[in-house]
Amino acid sequence: MALLDIQNLRITYDTPEGVVEAVKDVSLTVDKGETLAIVGESGSGKSQTAFATMGLLPHNAKVSGSIKYQGQEVIGLSQNEMNKLRSNEIAMIFQDPMTSLNPYLRISDQMAETLIYNAPDGKRMKKKDAIAECVRMLESVKIPDAKDRIHLYPHEFSGGMRQRVMIAMSLLCRPKLLIADEPTTALDVTVQARIMDLLVELQEEFHMAIVLITHNLGIVAGSCERTMVMYQGEVMEQGLTTDIFGSPTHPYTKGLLSAVPRLDQDEERLMTLDRSFEAQMAEEQL
Amino acid sequence: MSKSEPILSVRDMRVEFQIKKQNALPWHKPDILRAVKGVSFDLAEGETLGIVGESGCGKSTLARAIIRMIPAQAGEVIWQGRDLMKMNPKELLGIRKEIQMIFQDPLASLNPRLTAGQIIAEPLKTHFPKTSKDETKKRVRELMEKVGLSARMINRYPHEFSGGQCQRIGIARALITNPKMIICDEPVSALDVSVQAQVVNLLMDLQKELGLSLLFIAHDLSVVKHISNRIMVLEFGDIAELGDAHDVIHNPQSPYTRELINAVPTPDPIVERQRIAERRALAAGT
Repeated sequence: MALLDIQNLRITYDTPEGVVEAVKDVSLTVDKGETLAIVGESGSGKSQTAFATMGLLPHNAKVSGSIKYQGQEVIGLSQNEMNKLRSNEIAMIFQDPMTSLNPYLRISDQMAETLIYNAPDGKRMKKKDAIAECVRMLESVKIPDAKDRIHLYPHEFSGGMRQRVMIAMSLLCRPKLLIADEPTTALDVTVQARIMDLLVELQEEFHMAIVLITHNLGIVAGSCERTMVMYQGEVMEQGLTTDIFGSPTHPYTKGLLSAVPRLDQDEERLMTLDRSFEAQMAEEQL
Repeated sequence: MSKSEPILSVRDMRVEFQIKKQNALPWHKPDILRAVKGVSFDLAEGETLGIVGESGCGKSTLARAIIRMIPAQAGEVIWQGRDLMKMNPKELLGIRKEIQMIFQDPLASLNPRLTAGQIIAEPLKTHFPKTSKDETKKRVRELMEKVGLSARMINRYPHEFSGGQCQRIGIARALITNPKMIICDEPVSALDVSVQAQVVNLLMDLQKELGLSLLFIAHDLSVVKHISNRIMVLEFGDIAELGDAHDVIHNPQSPYTRELINAVPTPDPIVERQRIAERRALAAGT
């Protein structure tokens, strides 16, 4: 059985201008310990799919289809049940390391909170033990002087360090599935490389599955076994990363791949995305 | 490119900021942060100089200090034989129509209460207040077509445009005074890859057509390599390397440049996985 099994997911919003379909008929599966990449432009519905899995969609979103986590239906779960799932099974890293930490709380307080209320064994953890555990986790994401730094506020960390804190925080309860929503977009290339190496290392250590949402095709090529390409809420293509990069079948994937400037090749002009496939798709639907 | 007289020469530019220490008392001396430590370079007519470096290396500070948006502590900026640093505000205004700037955040750099037409026309009002209304409108329409926007969109507000379109408005605004040089401060880092390619191509076409000099700041080495004749790598406010774009990328001299280049992921699974394996082996060895 797949760890995560999404079938025919549809997310719509009622707006004054009519119904907006953010996600149209998306199906995907994630197995234990594997890495799936979801790529696409902004507005392609990749983050919406992730939010639906975590039960974080806004109240006016209408969701249909099914999202099964280890066979259990996630759509329609109560907040309490959802919290249990979110604490011990699925974790998420958000895009912006500047805004996803609470600026009023010390790192120690916001990290320990997770363990105090949701210790992996189901009991409440003492604050002292929780903080000791947090320090261990910060050390495993390679934050130097974690013992002292844990008492600092988020603004005293750099962007890369904050993203490490986020990763450490999401791993505290040993999740089986980690959803990383553009974890390196806001960071420099050198930091990005370090964070990606770290994620892969931690994945091997904790045997978790990762859903990596990104628009950076270079990262996908390096660390994801399977890739799913989304465009305007629909799945364009899904398969092994080597196949999709080696011989993309959909014109959108081809366009996306050729639009990336490469360091190892000298091209005169960047290829721009040919949008002619849109008309073709619209025709097929009619 | 080997023109005798450079259009812009920057000599020994230094920018410093004063930082108040935590819990400092009023009579304590503030700390000094040296953001740019003596940078010198020349820019020829019609040339593109790419400036790369990690966040915090001083690349934006340098650009802003050149056109005196922020004060520099020392240094000379010779623009066509005259020193910008010694000019009075009135003379400076005259120069600013020759040096224009494009900013990173396409939406935030446009006034939300003005229409696209008004935004593009604003520099004309400042620098050529005698231009007639009809003439202004004609110029705005002309430029909108030139940057690939339909002139019918002239009365729309910034929020009605996509990120790529907003950046095109920013480019049109920079071009309306017929500048000789444009400073682009991370013009494409907020855009999707597909849109990024269009904007980069547009900038290259405009440069060829109008003979512009570009100072192109970005943290993405592959984009900078693509558009630049020469590349300057900044490291903590110092020049780590300055040279021909092809040489800097394919034969980097400084260890810092090498580190930057190694961190850029390649969108090719076979190449990228090999590179990651090499990087990890290297990390394990040391």
